[in-house]
Amino acid sequence: MVLGLAVFAVVFVGILLFASLFKGRVGEKVQAVAFVGPTLLFISIALIYPAILTIRRAFYDGKFFDLNFGSVRSRGKFVGLENFQLLWTTPGLPDVFRNTVFWVVLVPFLATAFGLLYATLIDRARGEAVAKALIFLPMAISMVGATLIWKFVYFYNGDPGSNQTGLLNAIITKLGMDPVDFVGNAPGNTFALIAIMIWIQAGFAMTVLSAAIKAIPDEIIEAAKLDGVSGVKMFRFVTLPSIRSSVIVVLTTIAIATLKAFDIVQASSGGKLGDSVLANEFYNRSFVTQQPGLGAAIAIVIFLLVMPIIVFNVIQFRKDA
Amino acid sequence: MALNHKRKVMAAAGIAALSLTTAACGSSSNNDPGAQASADTTDYSKWCDMKSELNGKTVSIYTSIVTPEDASHKASYKAFEDCTGVKVNYEGDKDFEKNLPQRAQSGNLPDVAFIPQPGLLQTMVDTGKAIPASKTVGDEVDKYFGKDWRKYGSVDGTLYAAPLGANVKSFVWYSPKTFKAKGYTVPTTWDELMTLTAKIAADDPGAKPWCAGFGSGTATGWVGTDWVEDVLLRTAGPDVYDQWVAHKVKFNDPKVADALAKVGAILKDPKYTNGGFGAPSTIATTTFQDGGQPILKNKCYMHRQASFYASNWPEGTKVAEDGDVWAFYLPSVDTSTKPVLGGGEFVATFRDAPEVKAFAAFLASPDWANAKAKATTNGGWVSANKGLDVANLVSPIDQQSAKILQDPAAVFRFDGSDQMPSAVGAGTFWSEMTNWVKGQDDKTTLDNIEKSWPAN
Repeated sequence: MVLGLAVFAVVFVGILLFASLFKGRVGEKVQAVAFVGPTLLFISIALIYPAILTIRRAFYDGKFFDLNFGSVRSRGKFVGLENFQLLWTTPGLPDVFRNTVFWVVLVPFLATAFGLLYATLIDRARGEAVAKALIFLPMAISMVGATLIWKFVYFYNGDPGSNQTGLLNAIITKLGMDPVDFVGNAPGNTFALIAIMIWIQAGFAMTVLSAAIKAIPDEIIEAAKLDGVSGVKMFRFVTLPSIRSSVIVVLTTIAIATLKAFDIVQASSGGKLGDSVLANEFYNRSFVTQQPGLGAAIAIVIFLLVMPIIVFNVIQFRKDA
Repeated sequence: MALNHKRKVMAAAGIAALSLTTAACGSSSNNDPGAQASADTTDYSKWCDMKSELNGKTVSIYTSIVTPEDASHKASYKAFEDCTGVKVNYEGDKDFEKNLPQRAQSGNLPDVAFIPQPGLLQTMVDTGKAIPASKTVGDEVDKYFGKDWRKYGSVDGTLYAAPLGANVKSFVWYSPKTFKAKGYTVPTTWDELMTLTAKIAADDPGAKPWCAGFGSGTATGWVGTDWVEDVLLRTAGPDVYDQWVAHKVKFNDPKVADALAKVGAILKDPKYTNGGFGAPSTIATTTFQDGGQPILKNKCYMHRQASFYASNWPEGTKVAEDGDVWAFYLPSVDTSTKPVLGGGEFVATFRDAPEVKAFAAFLASPDWANAKAKATTNGGWVSANKGLDVANLVSPIDQQSAKILQDPAAVFRFDGSDQMPSAVGAGTFWSEMTNWVKGQDDKTTLDNIEKSWPAN
């Protein structure tokens, strides 16, 4: 550890010294290369090379081992677009796309909405810090931990007339209704899992948006108040436009996190109950069922879905800048 | 994958008060009668003779068997270590099945790996790094395991790995006490089993004849695959079973459909399942560990599950022929055949060295099987090694499993889903069986699995 830090420091100082040797116009170019070069190098090794491997892999069929260095008798076979075709012909996979759409639409909007509502309501209220801490706490729990907690909440004891030990079903049966198998039946179980993700992400949205609300200059609010604006109108015409860029950042961040989230599904049922999502299926196909070609195809689909969100984000940043 | 999950259950039993001295050849001077309850009389001189050649060498093992089950494994090597001077380095990893092929790729293979699936063994042989079994190992396998097991440790006719442990899946758990009180007898044919099922359903409206649970995290559904395999082995015979595993018989073949229908006649009938849990669809979400528990509460009478389910009963439950719970052999169609479904691990080697060869030979020998049986003080381990003295096994259910495995009339077949391509065996077969028990019809289920079979 100490050695690692020392090596890092030496390399860093070395680059700085090296860069400082050159002056003038040529010097600037050399300096730029000296600073950007290592980063580019590491990005190429750690990001671009694996990305190329993944894209290549998506066009091959074979086990994981075969696709890189397999022995002659078991080398992966080029299959063209077959893996992409499998995406909608494999039983169960179309449902995965449907579920992912639910996730990506519902989680960012609902988590942001809850976070925004909460941030607005508690802004400058008494006990704001405690209220914030309460909703931020789920962020501190790992997704797997959160899922296990919620599994107890959702627990369903199907035997008629038996005690319902799951919190929700205990409440439901006390109210005289029949217990519900929340995580057992598709497509309802997808929404039960989405609720967990919203529970986790709302705290993040609340924190960022609360900071943004606090950053609105007092003059603007004063001026609006003098004009007689208050309540919902204040929110609609003053607060929301002022924090627009923050809302977009929160929405897109959560959307990307949601596309990558597989922990919740994995910890709940492993996606075996018709509640799988793309990220979980990527893992499942790559490692469990040994179809790395199909797994790579799913990874590329996730990448393609994330792309527009990132592009949109960058465009927004440019507008603001 | 399936086995990995199944093995976690056995771990639940825990191995307490393990006497590390029982299997040691150097410790026979210990005369304490308590510690020497099963004094080791095995002759280890065959191994001790190798000491001059092997002393000081090291062998590394990589396996999916983790704490607390690994303790009895480590203890069972002690005789070999003491005799030969070889040190055995043990590494257990729950994600063994996923990591082993990766380790082959990065050139970081162990000397010895315990592989729980013939399919994974094939993958490892494909990497070109696995070393064919030595002649000594081959001879031990021929002598003590027989042809069926040799085939499962072979790839393209070459023996690569000798069997290690085994388990028997063709068991139905029941309560001997309740059976006796109600005057039921253990069925010996499939028809008798179904008659008994109908009789229980009619006799006891407050309970169901069967209970079942398919839930097992990411491996949810494997219990269903075992059901189909067990029944197909009975209705269509071992030859069709082999062809089915090799995809020479299609997954939606009428014979498979017939077996699935027979399973459905039990599992999907609301009159027959799911005792203590509700409608048949609850089978999908009931964990297989919980599956059989209602037997103790008289909510159901029978639970088809492997020998290792023994460790799932609560502490204090007497697992014996005259106890609280016991298991009977899942009957065949008639009494003339005795097919047995089961699983097990295989010892693959990846380094060509005398110490590795000697250790692999030791693991294939009855010496080790008996040492392991004695070291497993809480039960939960069986081997198909015919040199295993059944009396060395502690628990009655292990003894019964060993007897079934050693029975010359028994026709043993390895878990089919563990031999199929992972896309089916660890993929659609699991997930479609889960969908099926939740209400999907037979034809769609089989067609979907057939469709997912890899083309090459």
